[in-house]
Amino acid sequence: MESLSNKKKVLVSKPLSLAERMYLPAIASGLSTTIGHFFKKPATVKYPEQEREFSINWRGMHSLKRDEQGRERCTACGLCALSCPAEAITMIAAERKNDEKHLYREEKYASVYEINMLRCIFCGLCEEACPKEAIYLDGPIVPADYLRKDFIYGKDKLVEAPLESVLEVK
Amino acid sequence: MGIDFVIEKFILVIALFAISLLIAMYSTYAERKVAAFLQDRLGPDRAGPFGILQPLADGVKMFMKEEIIPANANKWLFMVGPGLAMLCACIGTAVIPWGQDMMVGDRLVKLQVTDINVGLLYIFGVISLGVYGVMIGGWASNNKYSLLSAIRAASQNISYEIAMGLSIIALLLVTNSLSLREIVAQQHGWHWNVIYQPLGFIIFMVCAFAETNRAPFDLPECEAELNGGYHMEYSSMKLGFYLFAEYINMFVSSTVMAALYFGGYNYPGMDYMATVLGPTWAPLFGTLIFFLKIFAFIFFFMWVRWTIPRFRYDQLMNLGWKGLIPLAIANIVITGIVIAIVNKF
Repeated sequence: MESLSNKKKVLVSKPLSLAERMYLPAIASGLSTTIGHFFKKPATVKYPEQEREFSINWRGMHSLKRDEQGRERCTACGLCALSCPAEAITMIAAERKNDEKHLYREEKYASVYEINMLRCIFCGLCEEACPKEAIYLDGPIVPADYLRKDFIYGKDKLVEAPLESVLEVK
Repeated sequence: MGIDFVIEKFILVIALFAISLLIAMYSTYAERKVAAFLQDRLGPDRAGPFGILQPLADGVKMFMKEEIIPANANKWLFMVGPGLAMLCACIGTAVIPWGQDMMVGDRLVKLQVTDINVGLLYIFGVISLGVYGVMIGGWASNNKYSLLSAIRAASQNISYEIAMGLSIIALLLVTNSLSLREIVAQQHGWHWNVIYQPLGFIIFMVCAFAETNRAPFDLPECEAELNGGYHMEYSSMKLGFYLFAEYINMFVSSTVMAALYFGGYNYPGMDYMATVLGPTWAPLFGTLIFFLKIFAFIFFFMWVRWTIPRFRYDQLMNLGWKGLIPLAIANIVITGIVIAIVNKF
């Protein structure tokens, strides 16, 4: 039948010609192809010393954000944990004391916030789910480690450093 | 023939042994680098500057690995196999003339361990023996894949030795000598044998690839069908010996090709250089040229390995028996006719 897409190719198996049976012309053209690559610039990025530039929508390690006064934005609503398809996020909520108003933005905060980086698939759904703009995947590549327990990142690794302007005021 | 003769040869043997091992060692490094460059990569670059210490690291790794001898293996033969492969690889260089006679003070030093008048046959014998290491190792492993690989290696080597021998007969018609020293000396200046025997050279080179079990003829080491082949059960330095022997074989084959067809230590303008450099340094310069040719061949071995896919077994046998052997015979006949005509007029 006539091909509508015009992509049909009819295969013909014919015996090899003398040049093809001698292998040598094909070998010579193959050798010239490979020697061409010999003088090309290597595509390697020497990773630990040299890092590739990431695109602007790259999703790396999570960070828990602070507001402009240096208070943690997270209010431990658990939407990130619910939205996480990999079940990587857990948290324990706590109530803010009166003398902690400079530390946490809302009355409720996460006293423990853990992300298992071995489970995380870096899909960014937690980022989308968060109503408080508290979590973003804007960090670097999650570094390698030796033990599984070391991949469970707590608040010590996730909360971003206090803003310098806030530190200066104190 | 006094004690000085013994010392002279002893130094030469030690130097040759060291050079063979060193070149084999750095062939492993060069192979990885060449492979990387041909594939737009960088290759090993962590151990030392440009990864230059990589062979040492590999050697240490090989020594540190656990040594396993399979329970049902023939232990004696299992140990003999790699040793034999290594021995056969190392003794091949003894008859190669590395340079012209050199004057050291007022003493004439021959840059050749021994000049036997059937040097070419010796080389052939040693190369043929090389397959015993593979066969014994494959048999002693008591593993069907190893055995299949050993059988493949044996039949491949036997098939290609015939074509290799026939291509050499055509060369002998030209040179009228079996002594390597004589053959190389005849190629003075630019009178390289490859000019008179281009077809013979191509046949010889293809057979050399097959004899050294290098790609595209590395069927005995076929990962896809044989899980690695004859050295599948080997570990630690025994495996290292097999891999090392392959690289020494490559070095020896490159040396033989450079000596037989590409003039060995001869190069155009060598008479002029001899007057400039004098009788001590001119032969050494020739040796250097010889080594450059050898390195070029080793590079070619690697270049081909990363270009051409492995042959199928029936293709291998077809090429050997139906392709190269008739070609080699035709080459002998044509060479003979041409020599007869040239001698007549």
